[in-house]
Parts: sequence; C-alpha cells; structure tokens
Amino acid sequence: MSAPVIAAEGLTKTYGSLTAVAGIDFEVPPGESFGLLGPNGAGKSTTMRMVGAVSSRSAGTLRVLGLDPDTHGPAIRSQLGVVPQEDNLDTELRVRDNLIVYGRYFGIPRRTCATRADELLEFAQLADKARSKVDDLSGGMKRRLTIARALINEPRILMLDEPTTGLDPQARHVLWDRLFRLKERGTTLVLTTHYMDEAEQLCDRLVVVDHGKIMAEGSPSALIRQYSSREVVELRFGSERNAPRRRGSRERRSASRCCPTGCCSTRTTARRSSSTSPPRVCTPPRAWCGAPRSRTCSFGSRGGA
Amino acid sequence: MTTVEPMTASALQAAERPQRFGALYIAEHQLRAMRAYGWTIVVSSVGSPLVYLLGIGLGLAAFIDQPVASGPAGPVDYVWFVAPALLVAAAVGVATEEFTYVVMAGFRWRRIFWGMNASPVSPEQICSGLVLSVAARMLFTTAVYYALVVAFGAVGNPWAGLAMPFVGLLAGLAFGLPLLAYSATLTEDGGQFAVVQRFIFTPLFLFSGTFYPLDSVPVGLQWIGWISPLWHASELGRQLSYGSTPGGWPWVAHLAVLLVMAGVGWVLARRTFVRRLRG
Repeated sequence: MSAPVIAAEGLTKTYGSLTAVAGIDFEVPPGESFGLLGPNGAGKSTTMRMVGAVSSRSAGTLRVLGLDPDTHGPAIRSQLGVVPQEDNLDTELRVRDNLIVYGRYFGIPRRTCATRADELLEFAQLADKARSKVDDLSGGMKRRLTIARALINEPRILMLDEPTTGLDPQARHVLWDRLFRLKERGTTLVLTTHYMDEAEQLCDRLVVVDHGKIMAEGSPSALIRQYSSREVVELRFGSERNAPRRRGSRERRSASRCCPTGCCSTRTTARRSSSTSPPRVCTPPRAWCGAPRSRTCSFGSRGGA
Repeated sequence: MTTVEPMTASALQAAERPQRFGALYIAEHQLRAMRAYGWTIVVSSVGSPLVYLLGIGLGLAAFIDQPVASGPAGPVDYVWFVAPALLVAAAVGVATEEFTYVVMAGFRWRRIFWGMNASPVSPEQICSGLVLSVAARMLFTTAVYYALVVAFGAVGNPWAGLAMPFVGLLAGLAFGLPLLAYSATLTEDGGQFAVVQRFIFTPLFLFSGTFYPLDSVPVGLQWIGWISPLWHASELGRQLSYGSTPGGWPWVAHLAVLLVMAGVGWVLARRTFVRRLRG
C-alpha cells in the first residue's frame, strides 16, 4: 500500500464569516484519479487552491507529498501541474512558446523545455499549431494546450479545475481521451467537475461536495449503485406554446445523471412559469438518476400561463 | 506501506532553482512577450528622441535668446538644459505604459499572473520579474536616447553623461513602482489609467522643470517639482551633463528622494502582489 500524496484532515477555509470549506477529510494515493464533484460554490476550487499551495488554510491539516503547503509552497508547486478553470495562456506568445516559458518557471533548461514542448504538442494533438497564435485556437484546443502546459514539468499530480466546462461534446471527448491516457500512465489526477458523466469517465474515486462539506464518497459505480434509481421523472410546467411538443409522457435518453446534493437539479426539479400553472410540484428525487434514462412530463396551461 | 519521503526530497530539490532564479524566469517571459510589440518599442525609442531633439534643439532653441540655465562655468545651451529632462521623461513614459495596462492584463485580461502563480515562483518573484523586464525596456530606451543626445551635441560632458541612462531608469522606477503598487490593486480598468496619463504624468512632465527651471514657475506650483521624480532625475542628469547649478539642491538629495520613492513603491508593489495572488 502506498502512502497518500495528498492527505487532508479537517481542512477548513473561511473568508470572514463565510465558510467556503468546512472541515473535510480525504486522502489521495499515488496514481489514483480523484474527483471533487459538486455545484458552483460548493468549495471545490477553494480546496484545489489549498492543495495547490496558493491559498493558506484556516484550520485543519493538509499534506501534499508529505509537505505542508503553508510552509513548502514552492516545493509542492514544483511537483504539480495545474489546469485552471479559466484559461490563462499568454495570447502574446505562440503556442509552442507558451509551453517553453512555462517550463522555465520550474527551472527547466531551455533545451529540455523545447524538447518537451514538441512531445507535449504531439500528445495534445496540436503539433501542427505550434507556430499559431493562441487566439487562433478553438476552445477545446486551448484546453488541450493548457493541459500540455501543465505537464511540462512532468508533474506527480495533475490538478484540473472543471477541465471541460464550456466545451462542446466532441471537444470534451477528445479531452477525456487525453486525460484517460495520462491516467493509464499512472499520473495522479485530481479534478473538479459538475458532471457525473465526466467523473464516471475519469475518476477512480470521488467525493461529492456541497456547502463546503463532503456529502458522499466512493467510486463512481458504487455511488451510482448506492444512490441512483433507474428512472427519474422530470416535470415541467410550461406555457401553452411549448406544451404540445412535450405533452404526454415520453422517454428521453440522456447521459446526464443527478447527484444527491441536487447539483444537477435542472433535470429533476419541476419548474413553474406562472402562478396560474397547475399546483403540481415534482420534488427532486433523493436518489441519483443512475440509469441513463428519464421520463419527462410537461404540463401546459392555457391563457399563456 | 511505501512512504512519500523520496517524493518529498525530490520536491524540495526541484524548488531550489525557481526559488533562486524565479524573478529572472518571469522577466524572460515578459521580454519574450514584448517581442509581440517589439517594433513599437524600437520605433518609439528612436523616433521620440529624434522628434524632441530636432524640434527643441534645432527649432525652439533658435528662438530663445536669453540663457535659461547656468552651470558652474556660466550659462549653458538650451538643448543641454532640456535633453536630460527629455531622456528622463521617456523612461517615465515607459513606466506609465508597462506598469498599468500590462498589470491589468496580467491579473485580469490575460490572467497570466495566475498561471505563473501556480508554478514554484512566488508572488514577490512575479512582481520582481515584471519590474526587471520593464527596467530592461527603460534602459534600452534611455540608452538609445542618450546616444542621440550625444549625436546632437546636447550634452556638456559625454563621459559623465554615460550615467544618464541609469538616472532615467531610476526615475522610471521612482515613478513606476508606486504606480505598479496601485495598478495591482485594481480589479478593472474604469479609466484610472487614462487619469494617471492625463492628470498625473502630463502635469508632472510640464511642471517639473522640464522645459524651464523650476524656480521660474510661481512658488505655489514649485511643490509639484519637489514631489516629482521627473524633476529630481532631470536635475541629476543636468549635473552629470554640465555640473551643478549655483544654488541648486545637492545631487545626493535628488538621488535620495528617487531611491526612497522607488523603495517605498517596491515594498508596496510586492505586498500587493502577495495579497492578490495568495488570497
């Protein structure tokens, strides 16, 4: 058994009276792909910032590679690759130069940076864009470049904060493929995501976080088994104009699943567009919609309700 | 159970170079990024002194009959008087450009400071690296300026004047580092940088004894010169060029004011970077 590369106990972060992370415990062994799943504001990114040694904790203990991030920030960061939520590539540099200058921050010689940059551009399927301007890349390409940049120091831990948010389905799948290859190579991955399908694709184990606390923990398949039902009923109370298309019940296939914290509640919460809509409310199911199937019933109301 | 000790040891070792040279790596990045507008830098560095020295040295000076300034050996040419101030103003102009929009771009528009922040370099090193790169640009600008000043015969003692580019650099830092500290606090550009350009840099340029001696302006306006790094650096440059003006401030006083301004700005800027990036 391997000692954990990340170990958090009672990890807490407060900003004044706001508690962003409320005493969470978790461990990540080397080579594991570990996910933090939860809605916006759950405390995922704050946790990532503390693990990434760029934000000090308010309470609890945290060790990354056996070191305290508050006292050994540079040493920890030298072993991390970080893919932030928002791209922060340098648009005034060419694609390849972005990798080279970033490698220099880790004290890597220029020649080594150049060699690794070429290898990583191949890995990220961007070799033909090496001389392009960053602004000319698509959103998916920019994410892949950011991942390539995060790998320039051959990190022991790759941290990805919502890596596929804002990407189209095809770009997501290309990105998943690249991350899956890293996982196969034994790179420790720590990622945050809103999406259960992404967690299922990439994570060996995950914690579901909401309001700064861990609500559930386990492997994606175990969590689905434990919390999901095969079907979810989705009721919408819409206007007359939209109602006929959805009238009656019909099944719709979907890859989305819902988490017990309600982070995916758009698919499970009945919405009313008017006070004159029928007072029929569908409560969000307590269990996840683990089966890739949901039943949608729409209720139209007359008079532009 | 395997331990993490080997990983810990290699992490500590890997951090050694970035902890020592991090600021240089940041400066290297910034200088590479400047190549994107490298032609602008070269053209403005050469074009600006050409225009000013031609316009003032050959144009305006021809209409000035009375000497406006004196050195230890008596009255001096107007272009001798004005050249050090123009050189200093060029460095301050670079600072005004690089310590405003570039800082906003780093924190907000391009967010590259956040990318740097995730690497082993520290916020203080990010700040220092930025300053180093801007200092390099200022020194390039003032060196080109000085070469043209010599070519135009606008310096009394060309050998002593060799220190003038460094005086310009110091002026740029004395003005620019407090400005950097301020820029780093801003989360969006609501026109503050335009205000700095129009209502701080321009008045300082006009009322800091650039084109005429400070004691020739009303006493009520002379304080602008006293707090202006432009005036202190211009006076230093003039002393290098043709010696001390009788009754003027000693060069040590000018140098001390510039060093204090730059030093205070330096401390504040580093603190602001830490607060912003480690929040």
